[in-house]
Amino acid sequence: MADGIKDKVAILGMGCSKFGERWDCGPEELMVEAFEECLTDAGIDRSEIQAAWFGQCYDEIGTGKGAPGLAISLRLPYIPVTRVENYCATGTEAFRGAVYAVASGACDIALAQGVEKLKDTGYGGLPAIDGVNSGTLSGQTLPNISAPGAFAQLASAYRAKHKVNYNDLKRAIAQVSVKSHANGVKNPKAHLRKPVTIEQVMASPIIADPLGLFDCCGVSDGSACAIVTTPEIAKKLGKTDLVSVKSLQLAVSNGEEQGFKDWDGSYFATTRHAAKRAYAEAGIKNPREELSMFEVHDCFSITEFVTYEDLYISPEGGGIKDVMDGFYNADGQIPCQIDGGLKCFGHPIGASGLRMLYEMYLQLLGRAGERQLKDPRLGLTHNLGGFPFANVNAISIVGRYE
Amino acid sequence: MVGITSYGGYIPRLRLNRGIIYGSNAWMAPGLIGSANGERSMANWDEDSLTMAVEASRDCISGFDKKKIDAAYLASVNFPFQERLNSGVMATALNLPDSIESADFTSSMRAGASALMAGINAVKTGDYRNVLVAAGNRKITKMAYLHELWAGDGAAALTVGTENVIAEYKGAATITDDFVDHYRGLGEQFEYNWEERWIKDEGYMKIVPKAVKALMDKTGITGKDVAKFVMPCVFGNVPVQIAGKFEIPKENVSNNLHAVCGDTGPAHALVLFVSALENAKPGDKIVMVAFGQGCSALLFEVTDNITKLKARNGIKGSLAERKEEQNYIKFLAHRRLLEQDLTIRAEANWKTALSTLYRKKGMILGMIGGKCAKCGTAQFPKADVCVNPECNAVKTQEDCEFADVPGEIMSYTSDLLTYTMDPPAHYGMVTFENGGRSMFDFTDYEIGKIEVGLPVRMVFRIRNLDHQRGFTQYFWKAKPIIKKEEA
Repeated sequence: MADGIKDKVAILGMGCSKFGERWDCGPEELMVEAFEECLTDAGIDRSEIQAAWFGQCYDEIGTGKGAPGLAISLRLPYIPVTRVENYCATGTEAFRGAVYAVASGACDIALAQGVEKLKDTGYGGLPAIDGVNSGTLSGQTLPNISAPGAFAQLASAYRAKHKVNYNDLKRAIAQVSVKSHANGVKNPKAHLRKPVTIEQVMASPIIADPLGLFDCCGVSDGSACAIVTTPEIAKKLGKTDLVSVKSLQLAVSNGEEQGFKDWDGSYFATTRHAAKRAYAEAGIKNPREELSMFEVHDCFSITEFVTYEDLYISPEGGGIKDVMDGFYNADGQIPCQIDGGLKCFGHPIGASGLRMLYEMYLQLLGRAGERQLKDPRLGLTHNLGGFPFANVNAISIVGRYE
Repeated sequence: MVGITSYGGYIPRLRLNRGIIYGSNAWMAPGLIGSANGERSMANWDEDSLTMAVEASRDCISGFDKKKIDAAYLASVNFPFQERLNSGVMATALNLPDSIESADFTSSMRAGASALMAGINAVKTGDYRNVLVAAGNRKITKMAYLHELWAGDGAAALTVGTENVIAEYKGAATITDDFVDHYRGLGEQFEYNWEERWIKDEGYMKIVPKAVKALMDKTGITGKDVAKFVMPCVFGNVPVQIAGKFEIPKENVSNNLHAVCGDTGPAHALVLFVSALENAKPGDKIVMVAFGQGCSALLFEVTDNITKLKARNGIKGSLAERKEEQNYIKFLAHRRLLEQDLTIRAEANWKTALSTLYRKKGMILGMIGGKCAKCGTAQFPKADVCVNPECNAVKTQEDCEFADVPGEIMSYTSDLLTYTMDPPAHYGMVTFENGGRSMFDFTDYEIGKIEVGLPVRMVFRIRNLDHQRGFTQYFWKAKPIIKKEEA
C-alpha cells in the first residue's frame, strides 16, 4: 500500500519572474529569469539537474509543442525533459512530475518549470476556444464559451442552491478581489499592484454575468520554477531550513458533472475529492485549524469563493460569512492569496501552480518581506484547470520539514 | 384516399417593422414607402431555410411514427448547401430512418408545390406510405430592394399519406413556362428582377388563370365551390383579381400574410396552405396555386379528420410568438450584408472534421444520446461506458432521442467576452426530464429573464458559420420557454 509523498521530497530552490505584460520578453527569456533565481537559491550548478518537467499550456503562443522549448532556453545538457499540459493545472503537473521522479529514486535532482506568454495573443483574455483547439467532436458541440462564462455559472447555481440573493453574492465575491488586491500591493513581482474597493469591483463592467472585470484575474506573462531533491540530499548540500512536500493530489472530472445527475453546478466535485485525499496524505485532520495559509486558483472571484467551501475550510453555505468577516484576509485566521493571487499576478497558465508554491515556499522560509505571515507551518495550493463541469484539480500541500 | 395527413408551421419570432426598413433607406429610396406597411418575419442569426424547415417538420410529425415515413422532400431557393443534400440534413435532424428517400426541390418559387406534388404522386403509386414535404426560405436581398420589405422568413411542412387524411388530394394542373420575372445566376448572391407591371400583367394574370382553368376542367369544380383560394403573391390585389375571373368569392381568397410575416418564397404556398388548414372545416375545397416559371394549381378537400388533429404550433402559433426587432442594422449584419469589425477573437477557426461529423451525426444533427440498458440512465452524449458511477457498464447504451425531451436550466451566464453574432452569448447547463444533461448555447431568449429552473425546448440551429470554408455547422440549442405574461 502506497504511503504517499509526505516528506519524501524537499524544495531545494525556487524562482519566479516578474509577472505582467512583459512586452520585452518571450517565453524563453521569462524562463531564464525565473530559472536564474531558482538556480542561485538552490546553490547548485545546472549540470546537476538530472531531469526536467516543462509546463506550458498554449504551445501555439509559446515555444511550440514538445520539451525542447525549455531545454533550449536553459541549455540543459541533453537531460530528459518532458512537456506537460493539463489545462490551467499545468504548473502543478510539472511540479508533480519532478517530485515523483525524485521520490521514486529515478533521479536525485529535478527541475519543474512553467511558463506562459499570453500577451502574444493579440487580444485580452485567454485565446478563444474554437473548432480546432478543442477537439474535433467538442469543437462541433461545446457552446461558444469563454473562461469567465464557464465559471460565472457557478454563481447562478450557488445562488439557487443556497437561496442567496444576487447582490449578496456579488458583494461577497467583490470582497474576494478586494482582499487579494490589498495583498498584491505588497508584492513587487505582481502584475496588478493597486488597492481596489468593493464599490469599484461591483461597478466594474460585466464580462460574464455576474462577473465584472475586477472579478477576473489579470492576463499576464510569467514563469516560475522549482528544483526539488530529497531532504537528505538537501541537507548534504548544506540546506538547514527545509520546505518539504506533504501532499500532491489530482482529481480529474470523468463526465459525471456534465453528464450524470448528482452535481448541481455550484461547486467543484474534483476539489472535494482531491482535498480529502490531500489532507489524508498530509495527515491533516481539520484544515480550518491546521492550515497556516493557502493559495487558490482565483481565475475568477467566484472560483475562489466556492473553493473555500470545497477545501472544507468554510462550511458549505458559509463562504459569504467567512469572506465578509475577513477570515481570509492577510490578518485573518487563514490568509488566502497572501501574494495577491491570480487576481494580481494574472494567470500565465503553465506558471501559475508553481507561482503559488513559490509564495508558500517564501512564507515558510520567512522570506516574504512585508507580506510575511507570523510563523506559518503548512501551506496549501489549489491549481485548477478546465471548466466547472469538466476540470483538472491539483492540490499541493507544503510545509516545514520537521 | 391520398392526401394531407398532418401539417406544421414555423415563422421565426423576430419581426421587423417595414417602417424601420423604409426609414433607414428613405434618403435614397423614398419610393419604398408604398410597401412600408406592416412587419416582416426575420430569422434569428442562427436560423436558415434548413433550420426553419426542421422546426416546421417537428411541428408536423410530432407523435407520428417516423418509421412509416418513406421520403423527406425539402424545398427552398436559399439552401445552405449547393452541394450536400439539404433534405438529408433535415432527415438526420429529425431522426428519420436511413432507409428513406430524400430530395431537394429548388430553383423556382414553385419549388414548395413541386415537392408536394412529388410527394403526392409517390404516395399515389403506392410505393411510399407517407412522405414528409417541407419548405423553408430565408431570402437574402440587397439593401433597399423592394423584396427586402416584401419577403419574410418561414417554413411549413406537410405529410402526405393514405391514413387519417385531413385534406384529400383531388387533382392538380401544371403549366411550365419560362417566364423570367427574376433570376439568380450561379454564384450570385442576389436576384435580378424585371418590371413589376410586366410580371403582373403578362405573368401572374395570364399564366395562373391557365393553370386554374385546367385544374377546374380536370376536377369538375367551379369557382363557387372554392372555400379557400391559396395563392402567394407579393402584389396583394392579383390573387383577388384572378379569383374574380373564376367567380371565387373575394372573402375566400387567403390572406397572403404580408402584414404579419411577408412572402416566404417557395415555402409560401405551403405556409398559406397550412394557414388555411388551420381555419378549415370539413368539406372545404382548397385550391393551392404556386407561380414560378409557370404555375401549379392543386385541389384538396378537407375531411372530418381535421377535427381530430391534435393541437400544434402551426403558422398561427408561431405568428403569435412575436418579438419586435427595432434594429435594421442588426437585420443586415445577421445576414452578413455589412462588413463588421468582429474583433480578433472572432477569427477562431471553425473547421469541421467531416469524418467526425459523420461518425457522430446522430449526436450532432439528431441529438441522439444513450440510455443504458443495464441501469436505465439516460445520457448525452451516448458513450461506450455508462456515466453512472454505480454502473459504468460497457457498450450497453441504446439510442435515446433528446430533442423533444423537456429540459430546464441548471446554470447559466450571459457572456460578453466570447464571440457571437448576437452578444451577449447566453449558455448554460441544461438537465433533461428523466435524466441526462449537457452544456448548450441558448437561443431566442429574453435578456434578463433567464434563471435556474427555467424550462427549455431544444431547437436545431446554426452553431457556427465557417466562412473560410463555406460550411454551416449545426447543433442543438436550448430555447427558454418564457410564459406569455412574463415575456
